[in-house]
Amino acid sequence: MTKNLVFITVIGKDQKGIIARVSNAVFKHNINIEDLNQKIMDGYFVMTMLADISDSIITIGELKKELAVIGTEMGLSIQIQHENIFKAMHRV
Amino acid sequence: MEYSLEEVMETVRMTLYHNFDIRTVTLGINLKDCIHSDPGIFKSNVYDKVTGYGRRLIIEAGNLEDKYGIPIVNKRVSVTPVSLITEAHSSEVQFEIAKTLDRAAHDAGIDFIGGYGALVQKGMTKADARLVDSLPDVLSSTERVCAFLNVATTVSGMNMDAVIKLGNILKEISNRTENGIGCTKFAVFSNAPEDNPFMAGAFHGVGEPDFSLNIGISGPGVVRSVVEKNRNCDLTELSEIIKRTAFKITRAGELIGRELASNMDVPFGIVDISLASTTKVGDSVARIVELMGIERMGAPGSTAALALLIDAVKKGGAMASGNVGGLSGTFIPVSEDSCMNAAVKAGALSIEKLEALTSVCSVGLDMIAIPGDTPAETISAIIADELSIGVVNGKTTGVRLIPVPGKKAGDYVNFGGLLGETYIMEVNRFSPREFILRGGRMPGPITSMRN
Repeated sequence: MTKNLVFITVIGKDQKGIIARVSNAVFKHNINIEDLNQKIMDGYFVMTMLADISDSIITIGELKKELAVIGTEMGLSIQIQHENIFKAMHRV
Repeated sequence: MEYSLEEVMETVRMTLYHNFDIRTVTLGINLKDCIHSDPGIFKSNVYDKVTGYGRRLIIEAGNLEDKYGIPIVNKRVSVTPVSLITEAHSSEVQFEIAKTLDRAAHDAGIDFIGGYGALVQKGMTKADARLVDSLPDVLSSTERVCAFLNVATTVSGMNMDAVIKLGNILKEISNRTENGIGCTKFAVFSNAPEDNPFMAGAFHGVGEPDFSLNIGISGPGVVRSVVEKNRNCDLTELSEIIKRTAFKITRAGELIGRELASNMDVPFGIVDISLASTTKVGDSVARIVELMGIERMGAPGSTAALALLIDAVKKGGAMASGNVGGLSGTFIPVSEDSCMNAAVKAGALSIEKLEALTSVCSVGLDMIAIPGDTPAETISAIIADELSIGVVNGKTTGVRLIPVPGKKAGDYVNFGGLLGETYIMEVNRFSPREFILRGGRMPGPITSMRN
């Protein structure tokens, strides 16, 4: 089965439960987390999560809305972008 | 992970903080197969084709916005030049086709539809002449229809009889629309490209297939941010930095254009790598030039700075996509670019300097408001000057001038929304009348004889 990968990126103030809440949101829609990176950049908490949505039971648009709700509640900026855009921009 | 955190964040930051977007996706639609001797059937053919594909364009583009998290700012349609498809009909039917396009664009959710125009560089057919005469009616009674006229090419020279007419036509459009706003929907060209995705001059050329999905890459915001970060490097290095950024944004544009075309089952056309300003602060081409070290856009050095900027964008863009086309120069629209407008206010920027900029890379005198009492032949002469630069240099140049009724140089006008606001620019008061009224056709330059 070919993978269908998206990057979920989170930027904001470090606080308890960021990874837990984002992971839980993707888990309940049957999305597999492939990789995860986090770091403090310029004083901000930054996390990138690579997730496989090929078995997802919701669309990217729906997931984006759910993540936006978490983002608003926790004061974070959460983006979701398909892997192809990173391949196009950063790999020749 | 295959990508470093820094790489991922570079793209994310571009979107979040530097207005990274796809500036426009424009679907070119051939309307020749809609032609019918019965005006009712003709109109419904046009309406059905434009709304059918227009609606799909909006839906499919929306899906890709979700998928890539990158806004697609404008979704538009361009069609076969209307003079061609209305050749066998009356001026009434031609006008009704314009109204049909307007209604179809409205019903499909398309903000602008381009192609109400004609190619008249060597002369006009009856339908072309009818279309030119109808411009004041059409532009004052439709909301979304954009018009164009190609009056010059490097091979054919310039149709000065058409240029004479345009001075009066522009004044009439201006007098019949609030603040002359109808003129913002009309562009006159030399060497108009058939695959330009940008309004007001977009049309679906006769050399194009049934459909063609053309894309305009992101605006100046992303380039501005890298120029801002590199204030002290020399110009060779600056060119390299801009080139790398242009490469990345063009790759993104090409990816989204190709996927959109494939999802709509239409051929992918071109990527237009022009940097197109918007009224948003931070999305200004003039600001990039100023960050390169020019105190105000229009000061000595502006032409060199803009030439370097766009050369770097072209080199990066050409490496990123084998399908670069359209205008692929730079837009420096005065009213739509807040820093251009500030430069006019400060007295740094004149029409003459804007004209000089078009000899290196700009694609025309764009969105320039001039006094309402500017004589028609002076307007024609500004058009002739600008298009001559295109004719002689084998490049596209266009003119979008707005004579604003009742306003003088230095006055202020607000066109609203995307069209922006501007100070009225001063026009040279000496007369070109006798020269312009000679008419005829200015022959193409000897450099056009390439065979």
